[in-house]
Amino acid sequence: MTKKQKKALKRILISAVLMVVLAFLPVEGWLKFVFYMIPYLIIGNDILLRAWKGILNKQVFDENFLMAIATVGAIVLGDYKEGVAVMLFYQVGELFQSYAVGKSRRNISELMDIRPDYANVEVDGELEQVDPDEVEIGTIIVVQPGEKVPIDGIIVEGKSTLNTSALTGESVPRDAVAGDEIISGCINMTGLLKIRTTREFGESTVSKILELVENATSKKSKSENFISKFARYYTPAVCYGALALAVIPPIVRMIFLGLAPGWGDWIYRALTFLVISCPCALVVSVPLSFFAGIGGASSQGILIKGANYLETLAQVKYVVFDKTGTLTQGNFEVNGVHHSTMDEEKILEYAALAECYSSHPISLSLQKAYGKSLDKTRVTEVEEVSGNGVIAKVDGICVAVGNAKLMKKIGAEYVECSHVGTVVHIAVDGVYAGHVLIADAIKENAKEAISGLYKCGVSKTVMLTGDAKKVAEYVAAELGIKEVHVELLPTDKVSIVENLIQKKAEKEKLVFAGDGINDAPVLAIADVGIAMGALGSDAAIEAADVVLMDDDPAKIAKAIKIARKCMRIVYENIYFAMGIKLICLVLGAVGIANMWLAIFADVGVMVLAVLNATRALFVKNL
Amino acid sequence: MKKTYKIEVDCANCANKMELAANQIEGVKTATVNFMAQKMIVEFEDGREPKEVMPQVLKKCQIVAMDCEIFF
Repeated sequence: MTKKQKKALKRILISAVLMVVLAFLPVEGWLKFVFYMIPYLIIGNDILLRAWKGILNKQVFDENFLMAIATVGAIVLGDYKEGVAVMLFYQVGELFQSYAVGKSRRNISELMDIRPDYANVEVDGELEQVDPDEVEIGTIIVVQPGEKVPIDGIIVEGKSTLNTSALTGESVPRDAVAGDEIISGCINMTGLLKIRTTREFGESTVSKILELVENATSKKSKSENFISKFARYYTPAVCYGALALAVIPPIVRMIFLGLAPGWGDWIYRALTFLVISCPCALVVSVPLSFFAGIGGASSQGILIKGANYLETLAQVKYVVFDKTGTLTQGNFEVNGVHHSTMDEEKILEYAALAECYSSHPISLSLQKAYGKSLDKTRVTEVEEVSGNGVIAKVDGICVAVGNAKLMKKIGAEYVECSHVGTVVHIAVDGVYAGHVLIADAIKENAKEAISGLYKCGVSKTVMLTGDAKKVAEYVAAELGIKEVHVELLPTDKVSIVENLIQKKAEKEKLVFAGDGINDAPVLAIADVGIAMGALGSDAAIEAADVVLMDDDPAKIAKAIKIARKCMRIVYENIYFAMGIKLICLVLGAVGIANMWLAIFADVGVMVLAVLNATRALFVKNL
Repeated sequence: MKKTYKIEVDCANCANKMELAANQIEGVKTATVNFMAQKMIVEFEDGREPKEVMPQVLKKCQIVAMDCEIFF
């Protein structure tokens, strides 16, 4: 608790005790008034003072004024106990609100507590802790086991396992060795690491992420704007309502019905109105829900750039994917060796050696699949057959590696591959030896990601790719995506998404998910642009509305679920708070609700709404 | 020019009022108050110095929300 809160708690306790004592004190008349004024002034002096200042500043309709009028009114009517109690409960509510909001703010910030406090720099053989802001690019920093990596860089010495859960929500640790790039915000778990920094602290991943999350709640959602607008009209409206309730019914009774006016009764009802009129429960619970939702999502490695995107995500009906890098791994890998007349390893060795002077992605993946280091001296007489492949001598034996045309050219009888991908045929000494299939592998959980989307109410998925028709249709069929657009240029992607947006209904939102590398324009025009695997990529963090820290496509469905839960809580709070207040207003007007119920409508509803809002934080098992 | 200021404000409705007040100040293009993060983000009109504008923002804010504080 802060100093302010402790002081408020003390005042509440003292006046509460005094109230109990006074309830048993047999005093009447003006003495009773004097006695009740003691706890009233202890608990309410600041409210009265602020109300007075508010009037001087011509800011009449604030909650201080309302509370002052309501309680002073009750005391004038002779309801001393109620007057003091309303003030007391109001202060309890204020204290709770400030405590609960402060607490959830801290909880959420702790969740995102990836800010490193210091960096270790070696000076004359000794470690010195310095402010990460002061570390220049190219400095060698030391990260000990258990410490956070403070700045992005490259490992120059040591190896270790990294815990990236604070960044990605992924609990499986990652291995890191010398030469690897390392991003700030990871926790070094096992070994000592020396890192040469490649960025300043302010430009490092961790600073970028913190900035993004902290600013996220500044982009307000429609519901937030609605609530602040509502609050602007609600309070004055209820105040005028109260005035009307105090004046009109007694006059009507007097003039038209010939009854006693009953001023006291109607004024009391009007005062009850005033107590209910504070819009605080609504005004605090809605942004708090969004804040908690954004905090919860970021603990899962999903960064949402604004409350408005959370709102849009909850209404998603269309999901458009980029293929390469989003649903597939984005790098070409040897998928298999078929129709081989010799050992798989042997054929890979021949292929890798023959291609060893090329840096084409295909030759690189052959070399990667072979896995061992290549002795280039074994390769002689390399002849590149443009557009067809390579013919070279490996250990003096003629090896031809390339496409079907090359096989035809050298007169080797080849076998067509039945799978989809790039096929590399190999002939050894003029005789066909088999082929290697190279393909961009589909991500492990891509299939579940798509079915997960359908399960959470997405009605259509679309895949866009610059890739060939055969490959794209194979991937789409494998994953269960119905609509595929192939052989697209980046500008085609934009026009297709624009088309989809025009055709759909206003309330059905469209998500575009890409890897953020060359689809920034599409990310920008979609209702929500999701960039995947964005760890360390500034361009993607910049362009997207939602950033997935790892490249797991299943997180898209999770983000939608988090958004839905958060919006459900927001609406629960809006309906609940407004409903209770309206009911209490009606009951107050007809004289059933007294001030005690009114103070519940104000403080109780706020407490419940704040507690409900914090539920948006718990999203792990969605 | 856009600047972010740390603020102190107790109730959410006061934060709304601050936002409304700050937006009425001459020299402020848009102002957003983030109650949860206790921050005010002010975008100034071209050629206006934050040093000149901010004291007026604070003055107006303290009229509508008495206990608020802006650190600049």
